[in-house]
Amino acid sequence: MMWTKQVLEMIWQGVLETLYMTGLSTFFGYVLGLPLGIILAITDKTGICPNRFLYRTLDIVVNILRSIPFLILLILLIPFTRLLVGRSYGSTATVVPLVVAAAPFIARMVESSVKEVDAGVIEAARSMGAGTFTIITRVMLVEARTSIVAGVTIALGTILGYSAMAGTVGGGGLGDIAVRYGYYRYEEGIMFVTVILLIVLVQIFQLTGMKLAARINHK
Amino acid sequence: MAQIRLNKVTKRFEDVVALKDVSLSIEQGEIFGIIGMSGAGKSTLVRCLNYLEKPTGGEVEIEGVILGELSEKELRKKRKSIAMIFQHFNLLMQKNAVDNVAFPLRIQGVRKREAREQALEYLKVVGLTEKAKAYPSKLSGGQKQRVAIARALASKPHILLCDEATSALDPQTTQSILELLKGINRQYGITIVMITHQMEVIQKICHRVAIIENGEVAEEGTVEKVFRHPESEAGRKLILKEQLREGKEPINILYANTRDVNGTAKGEMILGVSDQSKESVIQYLRDRNLTVWEVDDDVDKTGA
Repeated sequence: MMWTKQVLEMIWQGVLETLYMTGLSTFFGYVLGLPLGIILAITDKTGICPNRFLYRTLDIVVNILRSIPFLILLILLIPFTRLLVGRSYGSTATVVPLVVAAAPFIARMVESSVKEVDAGVIEAARSMGAGTFTIITRVMLVEARTSIVAGVTIALGTILGYSAMAGTVGGGGLGDIAVRYGYYRYEEGIMFVTVILLIVLVQIFQLTGMKLAARINHK
Repeated sequence: MAQIRLNKVTKRFEDVVALKDVSLSIEQGEIFGIIGMSGAGKSTLVRCLNYLEKPTGGEVEIEGVILGELSEKELRKKRKSIAMIFQHFNLLMQKNAVDNVAFPLRIQGVRKREAREQALEYLKVVGLTEKAKAYPSKLSGGQKQRVAIARALASKPHILLCDEATSALDPQTTQSILELLKGINRQYGITIVMITHQMEVIQKICHRVAIIENGEVAEEGTVEKVFRHPESEAGRKLILKEQLREGKEPINILYANTRDVNGTAKGEMILGVSDQSKESVIQYLRDRNLTVWEVDDDVDKTGA
């Protein structure tokens, strides 16, 4: 009874939903997190345009968002999600809290990647007459790209984990299936398969991400 | 009119004074050395020349323009004519040699293809054509500095600032980089300002030199004059230390009491030397018409 065509289709659907949520959330996570991370890196006291007020403000906001447990954030954001997507359940709706949860930690990873860039190279660019924007786009992002790609790999894995958690409250995807069938209906077989699939996905992200990072690195 | 003129330049970092009333003028086409011990303020001084460090007092005038009076945008434009090379080369690790050289052109808005073509020309000047596609991690220190020099030339500067450009290199490589810089100075007429703690760098290529100590100019003049007749304590220490190294033996200046008498240093100095180098040190000093006594003291070492 367990492995009917219906169940297999459901699991495949789950895989697609998980990939959709993870991919979209990582993308928007970077749309917000990348500039935020860069601003954090350059406004810090050793950065290229130190700004104590801006740095402290963003620093605190990022820390607060990172301290809220994801499940709580998910619930807290329901009105906001409804406003943005029109409803608060399903995989598209889950993207909203996922992005809010991912952006601050992506920002931290980007901040640390950018801060790793050799200060000497930045100084050399300044000596050539490069302005702040040029330094960000042509020096920092170029020199930090390996580290940033490694960060994307980590972000994908983490967001995938969060998306599975969102499944418990009707978020869709593999996590949803694991909870509905495995937990509520005691169908351990299905739960087992979904967990294995989640592990396989994380492995694939990790492997491809690291391979890509190594390939673009010339250091 | 001098190409570079510093007028009472002072730089304060919170409660530390890095530069105190430094006044210098450097002429178009000359190779000017600035020497001092580490921590003397040389690096701060050279960074004031392109305003990477903004002085807290005084004026920096480059080709008749007072840098302090420029807007941020004008300053960035001005920097394009003042190139700089560094002790640790500061190349982009993720770009190959030709793209590193093309970099200043790219940020000036030159198209990629044209920038690369020009970059190849400058790689030829520094003798690295065959390494155009190599990434910095695959280059030796000397090759990296050549790429950095090509990169500096690419922006067609009037002035080249060298911040300890040979300090991370072995003596042979230092020699070849100095030759290259000398050639560039001659061929393109680019004024070179060399910051260094190495006497031999000054001796080999500089026309004039300033000695910096504790953020102040201790003395300046032609290399010949400063080497023959150092007038300042700092100068004497630097030169003595360097020249006695000919015997490749470390010496200690135990005591010095010298003063300026009509432009010549008079006074006495007690030096601590090891037994092995004693003869050569005494000979060296006698050759320079100095009176030398051997002091057999209570200390283990012999003072000469």
